[in-house]
Amino acid sequence: MSIIQVHNLTKVYPVAFKQPGLKGTVKHFFKREYKYVEAVKGVSFELEPGEVVGFLGANGAGKTTTLKMLTGLIHPSSGEARVNGHIPFKRATPFLRQISLIMGQKQQLIWDLPALDSLKINAAVYGIDNDEAQRRIDELAEMLGLSRQLQQPVRKLSLGERMKAELLAALLHRPTVLFLDEPTLGLDVNAQEAVRRFLRDYNDRYNATLILTSHYMADITALCKRVLLIHQGQLIYDGSLDGLLAQFAPSRAVQLDLGKVYDRPHLEQYGQIEKIEGRSVRYLVERDRLTETVSRLLAELDVVDLSVTDPPIEEVIGQVFEQGQVADQGLAPIMANKSTP
Amino acid sequence: MTPNALPPPKPSLSRSIRRALTITRTLLSVYYAYMVEYRAELMFWVLSGSLPLILLGVWTEAAQGGSFSLSPADFARYFLIVFLTRQLTVVWVIWDVEKEVVQGQLSFRLLQPLDPFWHHFAGHAAERLARIPFIAILIALFFGLYPEALWMPSPSRLLLFLIAVSLAFCLRFLVQHTFAMFAFWIERAVAIERFWFLFYLFLSGMAAPLAMFPPVVAQIVMWTPFPYLIYFPVAVLLELETPIAQGFGVMLLWLLLFGITNRYLWRKGLQRYSGMGA
Repeated sequence: MSIIQVHNLTKVYPVAFKQPGLKGTVKHFFKREYKYVEAVKGVSFELEPGEVVGFLGANGAGKTTTLKMLTGLIHPSSGEARVNGHIPFKRATPFLRQISLIMGQKQQLIWDLPALDSLKINAAVYGIDNDEAQRRIDELAEMLGLSRQLQQPVRKLSLGERMKAELLAALLHRPTVLFLDEPTLGLDVNAQEAVRRFLRDYNDRYNATLILTSHYMADITALCKRVLLIHQGQLIYDGSLDGLLAQFAPSRAVQLDLGKVYDRPHLEQYGQIEKIEGRSVRYLVERDRLTETVSRLLAELDVVDLSVTDPPIEEVIGQVFEQGQVADQGLAPIMANKSTP
Repeated sequence: MTPNALPPPKPSLSRSIRRALTITRTLLSVYYAYMVEYRAELMFWVLSGSLPLILLGVWTEAAQGGSFSLSPADFARYFLIVFLTRQLTVVWVIWDVEKEVVQGQLSFRLLQPLDPFWHHFAGHAAERLARIPFIAILIALFFGLYPEALWMPSPSRLLLFLIAVSLAFCLRFLVQHTFAMFAFWIERAVAIERFWFLFYLFLSGMAAPLAMFPPVVAQIVMWTPFPYLIYFPVAVLLELETPIAQGFGVMLLWLLLFGITNRYLWRKGLQRYSGMGA
């Protein structure tokens, strides 16, 4: 049975609208005009227990709003969401005990005290006794590579250490559903990798369900087999990462190492060249012409080595989010639930 | 069905009480540690509440020349206890709640199975404990300067004062927290508190004892919440003429009224919360 069920979830925000200039300001003072912005429009999906799902979208696409609705922080305008059988907005204690939200750019730890003090509060609030809390702190601290840092005031910690301490605080009650909003934001490469490794371990150890947003594609490729793509509030893709590339990347990169140098006009007859460096040539070839093009290249050129790769996922996502891309490709938003890949 | 989908058994009463006590003890000890981090600032916060001591000087001076029902020593004691009551009832929760709502920091608190109200309440209560040494020093200093004002209240009055001042703190906290709920609708709920403060300043007995007010005005004021925030606890300790049972009754009524309004606004406000910036 699905652990997260979302059906036609919609959130509409009223946003005060003001014309620029003095006239606009005076008018705004006497009469406020509101525009209604649909941040999330009829989103539907389901997640199975233990799944790790990447939630992708440009800034303002509706990712965070969806996460806020799933964690019960905000009230949906319409539609339905259930997390482990609970309606999130009711914020029932059994629901709150099962979830956690980690926000990369926000912190819950008390700034001027050591993280251990905040952890004490969390343990008391979740009803974890002292011995058990200490055991969990030791276990999570070991997984995260934290020790003495927990006794230092939070303000003295580096960004990476603070994020790890935040993760520890958010997971002390062993939630089974984790919502992560940009968990590696601003961290250096090593710290990003450490956080990813930890999340993978946590998922393995507790069969926790993870749904995460990130602008670092490395987070998504390292952790998620399945991705949800949201564009202007609508879910436009729900499926595997590989499937995303197949659907949205119109071409593949063919890398050639040649035995001799050919002139550019000669090479251009085989397709669109992305880059030439001496005897190394990179073509972008449409998927349906790939076999034919590769056969011709092998038959007609002095090929030393050939490899076919997908373009970097960042490029693909970037293309999808470019204005008009969705409409141009005639992609209908996903209204009904799709099965898990 | 996942193992967590089954509803947990209802906690027993004794377990709930034990949990509440653990939470209270933990919140108080952690927030006490937090307040002690600001020990230097605490001294200034205590001193910033010394307006009653300035008024004390003004009124004792005036009492020496004019004909008032209170003697200069009475005035000195009155404003000293006003100072003490103010110190024990000072509240800033609206600034904290407004920031949490407007900047979205409330989100983390909402994710936990404890009403965020209790975090603020415990923070304020713990701050009282951290403030006490500074208050004691100032009061000792005061009696050194005004030995004629020194007196010993009866134990029963002292007990009544402690109850009255605790309720005064609860009422002041609840009133300000209720105003803070408007942060869900307007950007600057603090504006309401500033407006309220004007009435608080004059009708609470902070600027002048209520005995100095015209009797009709004083009688009307006694049905408002203001005198119960300062004047009533002071009058209880100094044995000024005031109906004690009625006073506690009115205080409890206001607590109930603000308590109901508070919960109503909290529930309605949460439906408007957008977790901005978070």
